[in-house]
Amino acid sequence: MKKFGILLLALFLPIFIITLMGFDEEEQTMADDSKKELKLENYVLKEKRQPHKEVDHSKFIELQKDFESAHEVTAACLNCHNHRDKEIMETAHWRWERDEVIEGKGVVSLGKKNILNNFCIGINGSEGTCTRCHIGYGWADKTFDFSEPTNIDCLVCHDQTDTYEKEKGTAGYPKASVDLNLVASSVGSPRKENCGVCHFWGGGGNNVKHGDLDKAMLDCSREVDVHMAKEGEDMSCIDCHITENHNITGKLYALSSENKNRVTCQQCHSDKPHNDKVLDEHLCRVACQTCHIPYYAKANSTKMIWDWSTAGELGADGHEKHENDEDGNHKYLSIKGTFIWDDHVVPEYYWFNGIAKHQLIEDEIESIPVQMNKLDGAYKDKGLCRKSIQPSKIWPVKVHRGRQIYDPVNKTLIQPKLWAKEIGEGAYWKDFDWNSAAEKGMEYVGLPYSGSYDFVETEMYWPLNHQVAPKEESLKCNDCHSRKNSRIAALGDFYLPGRDYNAGVEVLGILLIIASILGVIVHTTCRIISGKKCKLNQQLNNN
Amino acid sequence: MKKVYLYKGYERFWHWSQAVLVFTLILTGFEIHSSYTLFGFETSVHIHNIAAWSFLVLTVFTIFWDFTTDEWKQYLPTSKNLKAQIHFYLSGIFKNAPHPAGKSILSKLNPLQRIVYGGLKIMVFPVMFLTGFLYYFFHYPVQGIELSSLETIAIFHTLGAFAVVAFTIIHLYLITTGHTVGSNLKAMITGWEEVNETEVRHIENEILAGSKTVIKPVEAKKSRKKRRLPEEVEA
Repeated sequence: MKKFGILLLALFLPIFIITLMGFDEEEQTMADDSKKELKLENYVLKEKRQPHKEVDHSKFIELQKDFESAHEVTAACLNCHNHRDKEIMETAHWRWERDEVIEGKGVVSLGKKNILNNFCIGINGSEGTCTRCHIGYGWADKTFDFSEPTNIDCLVCHDQTDTYEKEKGTAGYPKASVDLNLVASSVGSPRKENCGVCHFWGGGGNNVKHGDLDKAMLDCSREVDVHMAKEGEDMSCIDCHITENHNITGKLYALSSENKNRVTCQQCHSDKPHNDKVLDEHLCRVACQTCHIPYYAKANSTKMIWDWSTAGELGADGHEKHENDEDGNHKYLSIKGTFIWDDHVVPEYYWFNGIAKHQLIEDEIESIPVQMNKLDGAYKDKGLCRKSIQPSKIWPVKVHRGRQIYDPVNKTLIQPKLWAKEIGEGAYWKDFDWNSAAEKGMEYVGLPYSGSYDFVETEMYWPLNHQVAPKEESLKCNDCHSRKNSRIAALGDFYLPGRDYNAGVEVLGILLIIASILGVIVHTTCRIISGKKCKLNQQLNNN
Repeated sequence: MKKVYLYKGYERFWHWSQAVLVFTLILTGFEIHSSYTLFGFETSVHIHNIAAWSFLVLTVFTIFWDFTTDEWKQYLPTSKNLKAQIHFYLSGIFKNAPHPAGKSILSKLNPLQRIVYGGLKIMVFPVMFLTGFLYYFFHYPVQGIELSSLETIAIFHTLGAFAVVAFTIIHLYLITTGHTVGSNLKAMITGWEEVNETEVRHIENEILAGSKTVIKPVEAKKSRKKRRLPEEVEA
């Protein structure tokens, strides 16, 4: 009895110690589970929010007239909101460019105005259609007056009626059917519908570009986007993209190179959001998005591959071809080429320190695939002592791969002229002649074109930020910390516990264990064989 | 044969808590190493951390105990009987030969045990603690101490872990090589070790020289114990 008691004591005392030591943490996790409350800063939950009092613009005499043109509306707006035009004119939404420093290139003006991508390539020569998403009226070519206040389109962002719509191919003017008086009388803070009309539909279709910005987010479930879900907080874009004096925080590395004016999760969630030290420490080198955006394009597909080289094939009747895949997405368009779409996509992961390096239109192509906006970063880039202000973190990225026109002689990408109103102006979408499109386009931007063109593989990187999943669906440890199928298997520049091991150590260790077991087996066998002389058998016989 | 009270209360407490902790650390550690799935990675990390801290506390206490009681001298390596001990395991044991190194109060461990246990204490465990700490505190090299990679740390930590596993296997087996299959285990549980006449004489000399312990005949064990611990009688 007593022996047994001591044995129990010896076994349970250590467990007791372990329990004591672990008590704090256990208590904490238990409390978390019962409360299930998020740590939040700088944010008022929907249920606790006071209704926002807004001015009723329909009462203003200035707006109670039949506007002859959209410019008149702007003049009326500025009549009261004076100097707001100055704010607007400084923004990238207006200028479609901003000064950014690129390593090795100095200060460069970057923006939709001059940068190439691997979707519709670039706006130059095709402004008439592209600037449908510009917050202005009339940017049809280089002659557009960026200093004329009444060229600003206030309504596209501030309309609350959902009746305002810009016409196709008119450089940003509204459709004739829009009731400008009604729209002007409705204005208020931008809602997700206002932002979404361009940011959901960029690249010529819903969710084409970002993969995590989709019209479905106007009315989605928590599974698609935990922040914007109707049944949840139903947050609008500007709840996170905090705006002052028309400077909207947040920008994407499709167009930006520098680490500034960004929106962060920490704004609301603090830098220790987990109630768990080990998880919180991951923030040093892992972006929140990595674990909390396990998949993107969760409601609708997004474009993954765009091959321009197959464009131009016309039907037997000489008409443009439109072919869809089984999900109803464009598979082939004569004007654009071949596409591959995907949904519920697993992101690719990159080290990223907040600095991107863009391939400018005049830059020589150095490697293939051309990296349109290479994300800078490495495990060994620890911030401060390096070029970034913060260490590189692992980020989830949508990579859009393309094949697009380039000049194999000058070794540069080509800005082709794609759009025109009429046939014969050299626009590819009308004439289906790459050579003249390249000639016209390069002439428009004032760069040389050798006269020969080909197609080159390109990659464009879209760090993911939206479509944050409910916490139950965020990544688990094993999604990265595992030998097989680690999500970050491609990031081989560091040792990750659970994923990596030293083959020599494994072999040595396993041999050591096998040798021990074999030794025990052989020794036991010898003891048994040696019969009565052996103590083992003596003992057995005695019993 | 007589019985001698050889393993003190703290010694046994330490031995068994260490056994539980090492077992826990090995089980969870190799799960973190992705050798198998058991509790789940996250749980294993938490248990491993808690067990490691507990092990550290236990070890610090034990070092203190070792020095205040002079027990640390038990681990001093000796060449006396070393060859004989190896010879015993390789052949003597099969011929019912006696253990070459007798047990006594001041020398509980045979020469091989001295080397191996001492090695664990001053080599393997310190390496595990050191690499464990580096793992724990510098797994995200940001600033300050710049570890270019966790790999070196991981290699030593894993090597140590394999060594501990191998030790455990052999240790568990050698338990059965006492006077009887169960006598060593019984001794580590109760503290009472069976000793032969030579050993008794040696221990009696030690007692005369100032060491404290109790020797009793094997048969009289029960009555003696009850007298020493009267509360047990009622139980």
